[in-house]
Amino acid sequence: MATHLILQKIFKTGFVSEPAPQADLALRTREQALHTEILKIFGQSVAIRHVDAGSCNGCELEIHAINGPHYNIEGMGVKFVASPRHADMLLVTGPVSRNLEVALKRAYDATPEPKWVVAMGDCGCTGGMFGETYATCGKVSSVIPVDVEVPGCPPTPIALLQGILAAVSQNKTSTAS
Amino acid sequence: MKIGEHDWHLDPLGKHIWRGRMEAGQLLALARAVKEEGGQLIALWGADNRHLSRGFAIHAALLTSAGLVWVTCALPDEAPAYPDLAHIFPQADRMQRATFDLLGITATGAVDGRKWLRHTAWAEDEFPLRKDFSPLSAHRSPPAAVDAYPFIRVEGDGVHEIAVGPIHAGTIEPGHFRFSVIGERVLRLEQRLGYTHKGTEKRFEGMDLATGAKLAGRVSGDSHIAYAWAYCMAVETATDSQVPDRAVWLRALFLEIERIANHLGDLGYLGNDVALAFGFMQFWRLKEDWLRLTAKLFGHRYLFDRIVPGGVAVDIGDGGRAELAAEADRLEAEVHSLKAIYDDHATLQDRFTNTGVCKPDLAARLGLTGLAGRASAQAWDARAQFPQAPYDQLDVNMATQRRGDVLARAEVRFSEIHESLRLIRDLLARLPAGDLHAPLKPVRDVCEGLGWVEGWRGEVLVAVRIGADGRLDRVHPHDPSWQNWPLLEIGILGNIVPDFPLINKSFNLSYSGPDL
Repeated sequence: MATHLILQKIFKTGFVSEPAPQADLALRTREQALHTEILKIFGQSVAIRHVDAGSCNGCELEIHAINGPHYNIEGMGVKFVASPRHADMLLVTGPVSRNLEVALKRAYDATPEPKWVVAMGDCGCTGGMFGETYATCGKVSSVIPVDVEVPGCPPTPIALLQGILAAVSQNKTSTAS
Repeated sequence: MKIGEHDWHLDPLGKHIWRGRMEAGQLLALARAVKEEGGQLIALWGADNRHLSRGFAIHAALLTSAGLVWVTCALPDEAPAYPDLAHIFPQADRMQRATFDLLGITATGAVDGRKWLRHTAWAEDEFPLRKDFSPLSAHRSPPAAVDAYPFIRVEGDGVHEIAVGPIHAGTIEPGHFRFSVIGERVLRLEQRLGYTHKGTEKRFEGMDLATGAKLAGRVSGDSHIAYAWAYCMAVETATDSQVPDRAVWLRALFLEIERIANHLGDLGYLGNDVALAFGFMQFWRLKEDWLRLTAKLFGHRYLFDRIVPGGVAVDIGDGGRAELAAEADRLEAEVHSLKAIYDDHATLQDRFTNTGVCKPDLAARLGLTGLAGRASAQAWDARAQFPQAPYDQLDVNMATQRRGDVLARAEVRFSEIHESLRLIRDLLARLPAGDLHAPLKPVRDVCEGLGWVEGWRGEVLVAVRIGADGRLDRVHPHDPSWQNWPLLEIGILGNIVPDFPLINKSFNLSYSGPDL
């Protein structure tokens, strides 16, 4: 019977979740006015809408990975949501393809203020190997304002979490919780 | 080489790969002969060869009982055209439309003349892959807000449309799905892709061979090894260079590691999509352990840039071999116990069975390929039938199913995980000694090559032409998702809308790969 096997597996597996990493404030590219005020509104949690703006799908592998049991992101107050209207943060991957430029701008406009944008991966930070061409606008910040840039191809799950937490941390001395 | 009644004058180009040139008019006869003997069209692409005073060209790669046949037809400078192949191989449809969007080469007599990769980023009379097209963005105006694409409308009492995307509700790549439904039941699904078109093929032009390998690996990141290997195979064939045995064996080791990582992730998501969060957490625990070990042994979780032209960039020591073999044993037992739970779980079995069915005869007619093809009795696996080294020494067992539903695609993944684990143990045990890398032979003239690798999703092809200056002149990477996306439109018919995420995940097709 499946239930019996499931319970057995759960008990045998035990806890695999690891402690949360520290925010890496060096990844911040700008400080929004009223940052502290915004954090008071958000409290301890952040709702993220991921937008693939033209990625090779490498970064997506790591976004999936942080949703796995080792990282326990909901325990840190980080949650992925289905609509930009429910989101505090856009997590954007890829060089922004021209075919998705309008959709990305619309997703940004649909996200209620106050909001953060985290650009993920070398492509999102600089345009990466794809650069700026007839088909891509290059880095995310050439299309919408970006608060945090997380380089890497793709960034590791820890680096990604440090970037997400950097956006929503109080100041240089605070830690993630 | 004879296909049907005719001898096609094909020359060998590497193992199980054949090369031929013919008049555009002969292409139809060849396609018919291949179809009649049960073969498939794998890829279709074009090229601008006017700088070589050879007009334009249309290329086709066909799968036959003797291996892969790569043929090229030269086309004139003015109004280049070739006969429509989609009435023989329906999977040609989108490839023909993309070839027109990028090069202005027309498929004469094609039924569907709509654009495919072009949205609003370039004008109808501009063709980015022509050599005289400027890839720079400076003169480009911002795209029009609305991409007027003529979807096919379903009309009738009670029919309504559900438009999904390009940005989806989950962590998925962007694409647009237009459902026509009555109540919950899907009458029609039409896909509109191309949102991640990054101008990858143009980007290759003029690149040096080593950088090309990095870009090839980023055509579809989840198949990094398959693409990087296929690209390097093409470059090594073109330059007639030898790769050391140890490097070839390590490439196969990487490819199987990549296959296992992707299959583990998919099996987790398939559980998740039928509300079995337990399945997601367990399989993603195993995947994460697997990725961490990969990073520990080879320095990157997804082995990015570990395959380079002429060999590989990283070795494995005796300690690493023991560690990987031990992890393979542990993973085998874990997957076995989770399979027992999936087999025994009534809700999961109920949702998987008879959902998203692609019957074998339809799969054969429409060219379903790779993992999804094997779940619909399309018994093709290049590792088994047309093995490149080192698979010719490994005796790969192909996994097939006949049901063609979500369950069958899950079953193929389970079988392939076990087979890949067996292969990994074998590769580790018999890994030959020697160099990791040998320099490529210098390029003296224009040369070309093709790479063919059975990635986790299906066969990945990369065709390469190197210019006399030793730099890339034309690269075409082909993703198996080209053939399989249209089958998803068929597989969903008659199913209910809430089963779409499950069916979609069971195929898990790439957007970036075919969007290029």
